[in-house]
Amino acid sequence: MTLLETEGLSRRFGGLTAVDGVAFQLAEGEIRGLIGPNGAGKTTFVSLLSGRIRPSAGRIRFAGEDVTMLPAHKRVGRGIAYTFQITSIFARMTALDNVKLAAQRRLAHSWAGPDSERLEAAAMDALARVGLAARAGGLAGTLSYGHQRLLEVAMGLAMAPRLLMLDEPTQGLSDEEIAGFVGLVRGIARDATVLLIEHNMRVVMELASRITVLERGRILAEGTPAEIRRDEAVQRAYLGG
Amino acid sequence: MTAGGLDRAALLHLAVPALLFALQFVLPDYHHVNLARVMVLASFAAGYNIVFGYTGLLSLGHAMFFGAGLYTAGLLAQYAGVAAAPGFVLAILAGALFAALVGILALRTSGVSFMIVTLMFAQAAYLALHYFGDYTRSDEGFVVPAELRRLFGLALADPATRYFTALALFTGTLAVCHAVARSSFGRVLAAIRENEERTRMLGYDVFAYKLVALALSGAVSAAAGAAYAMLFGYVGAGLASIQYSIYPLLWVLMGGAATVLGPFLGTLAMFYLVDTASGFTSAYLFLVGLALIALVLFFPKGVLGTLRERALPWLP
Repeated sequence: MTLLETEGLSRRFGGLTAVDGVAFQLAEGEIRGLIGPNGAGKTTFVSLLSGRIRPSAGRIRFAGEDVTMLPAHKRVGRGIAYTFQITSIFARMTALDNVKLAAQRRLAHSWAGPDSERLEAAAMDALARVGLAARAGGLAGTLSYGHQRLLEVAMGLAMAPRLLMLDEPTQGLSDEEIAGFVGLVRGIARDATVLLIEHNMRVVMELASRITVLERGRILAEGTPAEIRRDEAVQRAYLGG
Repeated sequence: MTAGGLDRAALLHLAVPALLFALQFVLPDYHHVNLARVMVLASFAAGYNIVFGYTGLLSLGHAMFFGAGLYTAGLLAQYAGVAAAPGFVLAILAGALFAALVGILALRTSGVSFMIVTLMFAQAAYLALHYFGDYTRSDEGFVVPAELRRLFGLALADPATRYFTALALFTGTLAVCHAVARSSFGRVLAAIRENEERTRMLGYDVFAYKLVALALSGAVSAAAGAAYAMLFGYVGAGLASIQYSIYPLLWVLMGGAATVLGPFLGTLAMFYLVDTASGFTSAYLFLVGLALIALVLFFPKGVLGTLRERALPWLP
């Protein structure tokens, strides 16, 4: 079943067309890699999907409904979660409070907020899944960079999204941390569809069931990792072949 | 957050009103009336703190919400003979509604623009008070007749009743702020203050949260304004001037933004600083300025904010 679909999606910034008539489909349950050279429009494209910016033209459908004009926070409510490329956590709050913030909107049924024990349990569960349970009480700003990236993912998990968009999640991580991360994303993909924007080719090839290649705002190629590796246009444009 | 931290915080918040309650039996007359005034103004500061401290919105227009309460209660008493209790309730509603209307427009901006837009609205309100000077008596103001300043049959002009009413208002405000600081609503406000874009991408309607925070802040500020009119019997445009937009900012900065007791501590300190300094020099504002510079240098987060950072992390 198609979870997310765009038709003719475009975004112009003055004279520059960052995303140019993209038709994109994402099936429920897959891990999709989104790659492309710098300036290909990857970040603009996911910003359009998350609702952080409005398209100049085109439509976005999510779970069968048109969400093109829906503001970002309402899309999150529908199950589209986004983790930031640049680490964006609440540095002066504890790791646990960061994850609670991600979980409480989903668990609350009124302005009074959710039951505090349930909230705590949900937040601790998300922290445990990324291996940060022992750091729950520490201030988020004092965590190591790698741990902050994991905290971002824990916040994404705590939202229990249907689609989780990870924007360059392994940037700045050590090889060891990346290996752990690959396992983590596989685990996430059991209950959510994952759109992975990633520079690290090894990670994308290892994780993605299908890969979409963007170049100059258009889809250059789409296929399995093996197909993408063989594709001559991709090699010319991107892999430096 | 440990359960011990929660209990200590709640105990502290009960201890302060209890201490204030006990104080009134030993205070000399002069300080008795001063402290009643400080409690009313501290309630105003606490209302301001909801927006400035917890949500991170720097408003320079809160005099209009204080004034909304002051004039709603004052004018209703003066021209319609409305008693203190319904006047007080109507003043709170007026403050919340006014703040919500201002918020719908002003919250489209942020940062410095928000500061300027709120300042402009407050100036417009202040000038409106002069425009309708026939009714409001402008800067000269008017005195609310003592026979209307009655609450549940008790004369509010009586020092003991006045003190108790101010204490009740202050305790109520403290309870509201304590609840906000502890609630999941308060956690979202703090998240907006720390990182607005991230909060939006966690699925929160940031505009709606800010609007509710501003309406709540306006309601509390108006409650303080109405209490001022009823307890001290004076209503004048000076109390809705720019000074009364800057005071709560200073009080909160002095005591500690985003702390529950900071606004009270700051108001108390500033009130007695001005009071003492003006006793021996006409250049008392100079001394106030010196105190503020020292504050920024040594307690950049206010007295309680710095204390929380260095020694008492459980302080709410």
